[in-house]
Amino acid sequence: MSGRRATRPRKAGSPIVGLEDLSHNFLTGSLEELVKWARRSSVWPATFGLACCAIEMMATGAADFDLARFGMEVFRGSPRQADLMVVAGRVSQKMAPVLRQVYDQMVEPKWVISMGVCASTGGMFNNYAIVQGVDQIVPVDVYAPGCPPNPQTLIHAILTLHEKIRLGELTKRRPGTTGAGIDLAAEPVPAGWVAPPSGAVRLGTPR
Amino acid sequence: MTGEELKAETSEGPQELRDREETSPAQLAIEQGSRLRLAEGLVLDRGDIDVEFGSDETMIINMGPQHPSTHGVLRIMLELEGETVLRSKPVIGYLHTGMEKTGEQLTYVQGATNLTRMDYLSPLHNELVFSLAVEALLGVEMPPRATWIRMLMTELNRIASHVMWMATNGMDLASTSMMIYGFREREMILSFFEKTTGLRMNHDYIRPGGVAADLPDGWEDDVMAIVETIPGRTDEYDGMLTGQPIFKQRTEGVGLISPELAIAMSATGPILRASGVAWDLRRAMPYLAYDEVDFDVIVGAVGDTYDRYAVRLNEIRESCKIVRQCVEMMPPGDYRAQDKKVTPPPRARINESMEALIHHFKIFTRGFEVPPGEVYTAIESPRGELGCYLVADGSNKPYRMHIRAPSFVNLQTLPLLLRGGLIADAVAVISSVDPVMGEVDR
Amino acid sequence: MGRTAVGSGSSGDAPLMAAEVASAAELAGANVLASTSARGQEVLHVTRERYLEVAGALRDSGFEMCADLCAVDYLRHLHRPLPDEVTPERFEIVVNLLSIERRQRVRLRVQVPDTDPVVPTLFNLYPGTENMEREAFDLYGVRFEGHPDQTRILMPEDWEGHPLRKDYSVGRVPVQFKEAPGPR
Repeated sequence: MSGRRATRPRKAGSPIVGLEDLSHNFLTGSLEELVKWARRSSVWPATFGLACCAIEMMATGAADFDLARFGMEVFRGSPRQADLMVVAGRVSQKMAPVLRQVYDQMVEPKWVISMGVCASTGGMFNNYAIVQGVDQIVPVDVYAPGCPPNPQTLIHAILTLHEKIRLGELTKRRPGTTGAGIDLAAEPVPAGWVAPPSGAVRLGTPR
Repeated sequence: MTGEELKAETSEGPQELRDREETSPAQLAIEQGSRLRLAEGLVLDRGDIDVEFGSDETMIINMGPQHPSTHGVLRIMLELEGETVLRSKPVIGYLHTGMEKTGEQLTYVQGATNLTRMDYLSPLHNELVFSLAVEALLGVEMPPRATWIRMLMTELNRIASHVMWMATNGMDLASTSMMIYGFREREMILSFFEKTTGLRMNHDYIRPGGVAADLPDGWEDDVMAIVETIPGRTDEYDGMLTGQPIFKQRTEGVGLISPELAIAMSATGPILRASGVAWDLRRAMPYLAYDEVDFDVIVGAVGDTYDRYAVRLNEIRESCKIVRQCVEMMPPGDYRAQDKKVTPPPRARINESMEALIHHFKIFTRGFEVPPGEVYTAIESPRGELGCYLVADGSNKPYRMHIRAPSFVNLQTLPLLLRGGLIADAVAVISSVDPVMGEVDR
Repeated sequence: MGRTAVGSGSSGDAPLMAAEVASAAELAGANVLASTSARGQEVLHVTRERYLEVAGALRDSGFEMCADLCAVDYLRHLHRPLPDEVTPERFEIVVNLLSIERRQRVRLRVQVPDTDPVVPTLFNLYPGTENMEREAFDLYGVRFEGHPDQTRILMPEDWEGHPLRKDYSVGRVPVQFKEAPGPR
């Protein structure tokens, strides 16, 4: 654009503009900030509703607690098209390999919100049938407690995730292991996004 | 991972649908939806079962457990020829929570917290069936107000569940606006529940002995606001969907089941009523105070998906009628039985009376003992007959608590309903059967 | 069918029932071991050998729907009180039948020994017991002879053991609570 001269007569609405006509129509920023802004403004969830929390997730997507204002109302059926997996509900032993498979099918960058106490720690079902915390299977970014969490709690968790994305670094790789001993160094390390270096932090009320 | 390794990780072996050569004739008959007597099935030659197409012309595909329209973690394996479903087999257990085992570890006071998460669309019904079973064993009389509060709350829950069903059914049939509209009414009811019980879902409100707390002040206005709005909105949805040609084409004639087959397969609830059998436990074997309220039992004519939709739509209206009568006829009095061994004392008395403190402590730590015996109690949940078979051995925990979940039994009708339809019909049919996987798998 | 009192000792007689509607015991005929009443509900105890006959007789006399079939493990109560004619075993299969016309329920209880946990299937009479019997097999290990598809239904296929048996532990994982950080 910098070489164009302003001498050509311009028709209204034509795409060819002179440099002085571009006043205040530029957007500048670092590549990282732009990419992170784009990423956190359109995080598309994959449908992974399992139990009661799924109903609250649907209620969050519905009209009263709209998720569309965050760009997230499109729940993708295919994990290939999704960025976020909200594990909503209790994960049984039979479901665990399916969960891992769906997580593996998602494309980087991807995030996981563990919604509800059953997904976070096994909840009230401390028995043979329920995996005690989904972070035994997939690395979790945000935990949302509640049984089931209010739609407001889920939105808080989503905004916390947005903060996390905003504060993360694009080009560094993930640290070696996650909370429950999944050694990502042994697996192919995904390039693209890393959490801020301090582990689990309470980020406070997102701005 | 290779495709084979991936498949091996999540494969469930003989629980899945297999090629025709590997399936016994009797099992083939079930997957095709025929209901032969087993003795006849055993002498069937494989050649007798109509094999329209050779195995290499059909395809076995998997629908679920993670799928946008299987209503939770239901996995259906379908054998397709083109788009037509020849055989199908539901594989369940992906939400098995061990609730019956957990129920044996929890006291009777805590039991409702466990069970309420079973059928998560109508949690109050789960709590109610458990409480009724325990009270039958205990021999405790409910004060009338407790009974009527229970009836009010469970009928509101029925409305919420059916509205939620209409929302997800609409979404499955590609009417996204129905999904958004349906949640409006549900939010109204859920905010009333939050006001009364403290939680939007999984309330633990109906406990053995009564209910946990009295209705809040001004509840009549809140409930009347609900029952004034919902019939009008239901008429809107009626107008939007019932006469709509695409909706009718997708649902009429799809997923037919005759009354004899429905009874033989132990299907209850809207599936049975849509086929023409007027069986509603609230009318046939009344519990709570259902013999004192006036409502109609909605019966369908043909037994297809359209009839099941019509039955549920009209049940919303009938439940609004019942709720209105509950508001008019709500008796004053206690909201829980005044039996010191069973219901805890009011919180204020704990500061004054040592005995009250001891009772409170004992009830919330050890619970109360139930005399030995067994009972089977059944209520009409939005999905059918919800039953609780409780065996007590005199201790403070149930010895055996088995829940007869309506969706678990209704799922058996799926191979019959899906046979011969297209995949798109499969989505409509599964949605009309209204399975809630929490109660299917417990 | 002779009318004798409960506790008469001979397994072929149906006990006396005073009811306006024909009781299920009378309808079931001579194969019932004993008939009791639990909280106003009629309970029939039958042997494994006569189980199918009784169920068939009840079905022909109007109990068209099998509402529920479940298993109970009485490992901790092997000497529970039962009518005299009935020998207690470890497992029990409990079947709840429903008659839509007469609005009546009846319960059948069959004792199943630990050493040979096999019961005939009700699938021929009541196709609605398909899933219920699979669940009883899955969670208790009681096999149903003649069931077309005797596989696990709720647990994963490679699961070992039958979780709802009383000698199978709940599987609690000890929860470790970390020290909470101090006040902010």
